[in-house]
Amino acid sequence: MRVGAKQDGGCSAAYIWTPSFLEYKLAPDHPFNPLRLRLTDELIRACGLLPQAAERRPRQATREELALVHDAAYVDAVERFSRGGETRFPEAGRFHRVSGGMHGAWGFEEPEPDDPLAYGLGTEDNPLFPGMHQAASWWVGATLTAAELVMEGKADHALNLGGGLHHAHRDRAAGFCIYNDVAVAVAWVRRHYGARVLYVDTDAHHGDGVQWLFYGDPQVLTLSYHESGRYLYPGTGRIEERGDGPGLGYSVNVPLEPFTDDASWLEVLDLTLPAVAEAFRPDIIISQNGCDGHALDPLTHLSASLDFYRQVPQRVHHLAHQFCGGRWVAVGGGGYDIWQVVPRAWTALWAEMSGRPLPDEVPSDWLNRWSPQAPVPLPPRFADEPLPGAAPERYAALRDYNRRTAQRVLSEVLPLIRTD
Amino acid sequence: MLVEEIMSRPVLAVESEYSVLEALNVARFRRIRHLPVVESLGVANGAREHDFRTLPPAPEGARLVGIVSDRDLRDACPSVLSAGATDFAALARASVADIMHGDVVTVHPHDSVEEAARLLYQHHIGCLPVVSGQGLVGIVTETDVLRAIVTLLGVTSPGSHLEVEVPDRPGHLGEVTRLIGQHQVNIASVLIVPGRREHTRVLVLRVQTIDPRRLVRSLEEAGYHVLWPSGLKLA
Repeated sequence: MRVGAKQDGGCSAAYIWTPSFLEYKLAPDHPFNPLRLRLTDELIRACGLLPQAAERRPRQATREELALVHDAAYVDAVERFSRGGETRFPEAGRFHRVSGGMHGAWGFEEPEPDDPLAYGLGTEDNPLFPGMHQAASWWVGATLTAAELVMEGKADHALNLGGGLHHAHRDRAAGFCIYNDVAVAVAWVRRHYGARVLYVDTDAHHGDGVQWLFYGDPQVLTLSYHESGRYLYPGTGRIEERGDGPGLGYSVNVPLEPFTDDASWLEVLDLTLPAVAEAFRPDIIISQNGCDGHALDPLTHLSASLDFYRQVPQRVHHLAHQFCGGRWVAVGGGGYDIWQVVPRAWTALWAEMSGRPLPDEVPSDWLNRWSPQAPVPLPPRFADEPLPGAAPERYAALRDYNRRTAQRVLSEVLPLIRTD
Repeated sequence: MLVEEIMSRPVLAVESEYSVLEALNVARFRRIRHLPVVESLGVANGAREHDFRTLPPAPEGARLVGIVSDRDLRDACPSVLSAGATDFAALARASVADIMHGDVVTVHPHDSVEEAARLLYQHHIGCLPVVSGQGLVGIVTETDVLRAIVTLLGVTSPGSHLEVEVPDRPGHLGEVTRLIGQHQVNIASVLIVPGRREHTRVLVLRVQTIDPRRLVRSLEEAGYHVLWPSGLKLA
């Protein structure tokens, strides 16, 4: 029985959900707040977009699965800190005499194996918290569940909102991300099915963790649209980062100017995404749907509106059917305006995946339930009111610059991609 | 960062009594733009290795006597437009010593990369032989220096760009980095550039965090003017 198939015989879509997602709570007042997942899940249900048959419970990822991309020593460390509990900040480096060294006898000692900072942990971005290993394993397991449903043909599409941790590296946490669920799922799909994977990342931050983990692999094409690293974390994602060795051409980066709006971003996306998919001919698309490029997002300087987050899944959906027999896994990602942006953006994503129409109005049940807690007025409609952005006269130059970026990608990277 | 950390070694060089034709072949087959010229090593003409694709590099410490660029070598060639353009006899007769530049700008392995960059810029040249004592030990090209500067700018590990305007007085770099350290945020690179306003400097830092908002607030509360990031709201 296919998951979440519609009566009319259209494509089927699975929605992966567990309340355990909410345990990925880095710290009180941390911007990566799991409440945004709860708000989104409740909005999807309030809109009547989620028939019971579409829902699937995930499993936790195993250590072996995490080890597909992470060092065993790193996973061990996360488990240890996970049990430890309290956040401790070790002293900032002990300065003492060491033998050798380039300029004589002073130097810093190597970090102890138990220093969380050696693993990118114990920082404001990635504080230690009890149960962090378990919580992160749910997120990875859910992306694996989504990938398995799709690869086994039990669903055409699958959505895991508790995913998209694209900044985690082989041996360290970064940018709120502990384990890289996307990279684990890509490696798992490669190992079990040998499928060619197109990874499309429209988070405002460069998808660096996924890119570097598959930088030399011509069977995995990573395509990231993001605010230019000149202005935003993590600083990478230049056009010149094109992959390495046999993977040359299979890392594609489209950096965007601050204040890029829907029109310019969609123009660039339409110039590059179908061309890359056509050149690569993937077996499955995995999309990361961070919505922090929205104009209201507090962490970035892009100026997309909610309509952009309706348009992008439409394009990916179309390409999944054109090239992959429908196989499409979507995950969440960044998104730090948890009240006005994330619930609506990801409800729109699920509406597109499940082939159900998105209502115009945000249901009053949901508004009434959450308005008392919201520090800002909740938008009553899915379409945005006019949003802040750059001065109108700047947009001609900005669009021209982004268009030139897209054309450089087409001339400098696209010709390196082979179908095979 | 020192020249010895970025230089290429061993160096492919020609001996001073090589013919211009031989030097041209080395430059062409090995795709080299700058050929240091070293004192003759006393290998008899004719016994020399003539497959220029496998010419061994100069022995470390050979005495540097000059330099020729691929442009010097081409200048010595007859024009393709003139009659007799295929007459290379003169090229085979002339020695490299006849056309090389004897007054070579060099660096020492312990010179800084900044010094190397300044020399390239000041003399409008493309490479610097690295000389220790009298001996040639390496070579640095403008590409090597640019690559080193890109590394020094610090965009090799994930981080956010931060620009802070500070008074051009002692102590402010220390104060700004202390405030950043209080947030447990690591710093990947620091540059100090002249400010747009008088008596100011701008600190350009790469800080290892995805969310610099609290940091920015601390800096602003301490009275600093944060030029970037701008307009980020703290909930």
